[in-house]
Amino acid sequence: MPRALNRILIYAALIIWTIIALFPIFWTFSTSFKVAKDVQLGHIIPWVDFTPSWLGLRAIGLSPDTIFTESTPRAEFIKRFWNSIQASIGASILALILGSMAAYGLSRFSYHWKIWKNRDISFFFLSQLILPPVVLAMPFLVLYKELALLDSMIGLILIYTLSVLPIVIWIMKDQFDTIPQELEQAALVDGCSVWGAFFRIILPIALPGMVAAFILSVILCWNEYFFAALLTSSYAKTLPVMVASQTGSQGISWWSMAALSSAAILPLIIIGIFLERYIVKGLTTGSVK
Amino acid sequence: MTSASPAVSGHVAVTPGVSPERHRLGSLLIRASTILLGLVIVVQSLYALGYISFGFSNWQPVLVAYVLWSVALCWGLVLRDGEAGWRAIFVLPAVLFTVALVIFPTVFGLFIAFSDWNLQSANGRQFNGLANLRQLWADPYFWNALGNMVFYVATVVVQYAIAFGLALLLNADIKAQKFFRVSFLLPFMLSPVAVSWMIGKSMLEYRFGPVTNLLRWFGWENPSLLTTPWLAKTTIALMDAWVWIPFMMIMILAGLQALSKEVQEAAKVDGATGWQGFWQITFPLMLPVSMTTIVLRVIFQLKLADIVINTTSGGPGGATDTISSFIFREYKDRSNVGYGTMIAEIYLILIIIFIALLLWATNRFMQRHA
Repeated sequence: MPRALNRILIYAALIIWTIIALFPIFWTFSTSFKVAKDVQLGHIIPWVDFTPSWLGLRAIGLSPDTIFTESTPRAEFIKRFWNSIQASIGASILALILGSMAAYGLSRFSYHWKIWKNRDISFFFLSQLILPPVVLAMPFLVLYKELALLDSMIGLILIYTLSVLPIVIWIMKDQFDTIPQELEQAALVDGCSVWGAFFRIILPIALPGMVAAFILSVILCWNEYFFAALLTSSYAKTLPVMVASQTGSQGISWWSMAALSSAAILPLIIIGIFLERYIVKGLTTGSVK
Repeated sequence: MTSASPAVSGHVAVTPGVSPERHRLGSLLIRASTILLGLVIVVQSLYALGYISFGFSNWQPVLVAYVLWSVALCWGLVLRDGEAGWRAIFVLPAVLFTVALVIFPTVFGLFIAFSDWNLQSANGRQFNGLANLRQLWADPYFWNALGNMVFYVATVVVQYAIAFGLALLLNADIKAQKFFRVSFLLPFMLSPVAVSWMIGKSMLEYRFGPVTNLLRWFGWENPSLLTTPWLAKTTIALMDAWVWIPFMMIMILAGLQALSKEVQEAAKVDGATGWQGFWQITFPLMLPVSMTTIVLRVIFQLKLADIVINTTSGGPGGATDTISSFIFREYKDRSNVGYGTMIAEIYLILIIIFIALLLWATNRFMQRHA
């Protein structure tokens, strides 16, 4: 096969998959600027097929003409958006603290608690990955009711922390394993305590891993739907639950759904474009040796 | 804290560097907090069962007591064991957290699973023995959902093949590699709920969705993607693939980039020799990474729920149901936590057996090909 043809085929394949990957995103963003007629006629390209209108953004009170006026939909949207931010950032920070400490301990010391050794403790944490959310869903529903944590931010943060903790431990342990032990030993000789060495010497070096673990956690928590749908109702409802509850109520108003979906995915697209390096680092930890 | 040096203290200190008073204080703290936690639990249980008239209005104080006990335990260990205590409290918080939030609810789930418990009704929990298990055995929807899970897990192999192809493309000498990598990765980051709407409800819309329009243009007269059972199942699998292929692609790409330079040259997509080189050199070398990727992906696939719940809610007629979406519906429609939990616990057992077999088979396979 001639080399030029080969190149063309490679780029053709790349471009086709780029379209497959990006078209739904483009479709969602553009649909939030369409009126009913444009949706029904299947218009696609803005300014050629249809004239963009502010319909979608107006529906959530964010268009230029509504942004400075009172708006119930906007208040609702901002509340859900803020809830999502709180839940994902809160859970990621908590998971990062608990997970980094545990990962460091498992990476550096040998524990011997009764019959439990390092390998067993590591396995205990990682095995949580297998657990499907449904197994915990109903018990949590009943327990949270008794604990008065149903529909509360703390309840949601706790369960999100739980679901990303194994991933954080996995990433951070790999990160700590790559840092030579001589570094802390030197610090210990200089009179540093174990925790002092951890905070002052190791954590700064492990920062890239922590960023990767944090970003991955934020993404997973931001997108979480199952627990949020079961455990929250009015107060702590997050953005995905709001998006899901829009469909089917009074028919679908395409532009507002599109605007809501766009708002739900926009933060992640920004993260994806600017922090792709860290996401890849987080995903590929430990798999390539 | 005392220094890390193993100082020899002349007295009866159990641990070097820890005075007997401090050791006693630590033990006392641990014992006292344990007694306090036990007391709170006993009082609240008796109150909840109606034996005593004083107690808390809900169980939140027990949670607070548990947190306090955890703090006291960590502190007590430091006092009692010195250096070893300082080391233990690296791991202990995460363990206590996980035990409280996983082990306890899972065991508590067993208690729920053997009961008839409708959260909406006033009757409360009624122990009903093995009735849930019998109901499950006779429930065609459960077996149907389980069969669907087999299908969805099987599609992982197809996703793997596509992901490998894309990873090879990205690994070739191309311009704008970063642009393509980011574009290919984006679907993985999107919320499944948004994806369900974007693709499932809007692009696949029967009358004017762009995908159905495209299919009509190709000459398919009646593209009822989400209403014909087998088509609906395939469509869900395709949407799921759209989200998850980037994950596998990134893992495989990292594997390809970790190969040595000479091997990478052979791995470049480069005509007929490249094709042979791929099967003889690259693919065998990539087996370990491939296995890890597939096993991880299968584990995630067993949790598949969000897309199904939001696109088809399991329909038409349960054709797209996964176990998770089935349980979700079972709860939302009937609020019967007892039966739902029984399905979940049985599913957990099946998953553990399946994953164990999968890991065992992978290990055997890898050893034979090592």
